[in-house]
Amino acid sequence: MQPLINSLPETVFTTKVDDLLNWGRASSQWYMLFGLACCAIELMQTGGPRADVDRFGCVPRATPRQSDLMIVAGTLTYKMAKRTKLLYDQMPDPKYVISMGSCANCGGLFQLAYSVCKGVDKIIPVDVYVPGCPPRPEALTEGLMRIQDKMMRERWLVKPARAAEAPVGA
Amino acid sequence: MEAKEIYARTERKFSGKVSGFQGDVVDPNFRVEAQAIVEVCCYLRDDPESNFEVLSDLTGLDLPKENNLQVVYHLYSYSKRHQIVLKVDLPRDNPHVSTMEGVWKVANWLEREVFDLFGVVFEGHSDLRRILLPEDWVGYPLRKDYVEQEEYDGISTQRAPLVEKLLR
Repeated sequence: MQPLINSLPETVFTTKVDDLLNWGRASSQWYMLFGLACCAIELMQTGGPRADVDRFGCVPRATPRQSDLMIVAGTLTYKMAKRTKLLYDQMPDPKYVISMGSCANCGGLFQLAYSVCKGVDKIIPVDVYVPGCPPRPEALTEGLMRIQDKMMRERWLVKPARAAEAPVGA
Repeated sequence: MEAKEIYARTERKFSGKVSGFQGDVVDPNFRVEAQAIVEVCCYLRDDPESNFEVLSDLTGLDLPKENNLQVVYHLYSYSKRHQIVLKVDLPRDNPHVSTMEGVWKVANWLEREVFDLFGVVFEGHSDLRRILLPEDWVGYPLRKDYVEQEEYDGISTQRAPLVEKLLR
């Protein structure tokens, strides 16, 4: 009996379904345009020609309903925090969150202010924190690649999709 | 017109209601009685010599030592190219003053901001709501005795200890 590997033509390859699905998802992370402050400028740079995250399928969407990834870029005030939660809830599962910059991570420079939320993780679950004030496009690209790694590790056939997160502060 | 002259003219018209002229500062200013502020501003706007067309800023101050809240009016005249600052002292426990909306329309939002952050009530204002903070906010944050709430709408306002505390 011939070994399997030689019996197939060269245009056919074998893989696991999980890996194929994950490869597809990781290569098309659509992120929601969600710039809140100066980090949004770096977010734009990241989408621009030099860092060019489009090359691994990372394109901005203007609506949460078509997004896989929320990049919280900038200072989150309490007034905005409620809206952020609403937008996050509108995103379809599986969804991911990058907290970009010191302000989104912990309140940053403005953490002593009465109106600034002390980190986006007080509202919604965060997958990757990108430090910096603001982070350079390279740093955000690294963050996107860590999200890719996370996607590639997920298994769909053996266990169900990520359980819906318990609402924070409900 | 010099600030001194503006003050002298205003004092002649409203003697006893204006006081405390400070001319040797960046923004020359004087105090106005809270009851008289609207008529003083009307006069300064309509008098052809002073002709203050613009309320360029309206802001507030908290002075706990004097137990006062101060509302500060920055007036500017484009045609005469002069400016003056009016200050109104209000009691801290019950700050009420008439709205300036009828004199300069721009006062609408500026007064809402002072209401939002200092809790000064502008009587006769057409739409006195918070303008920057959420509607359900508790307290007036720019007052010196403002205490931050434990949480806002289910979101904790507590933060992890700062680095200095961790080092000790």
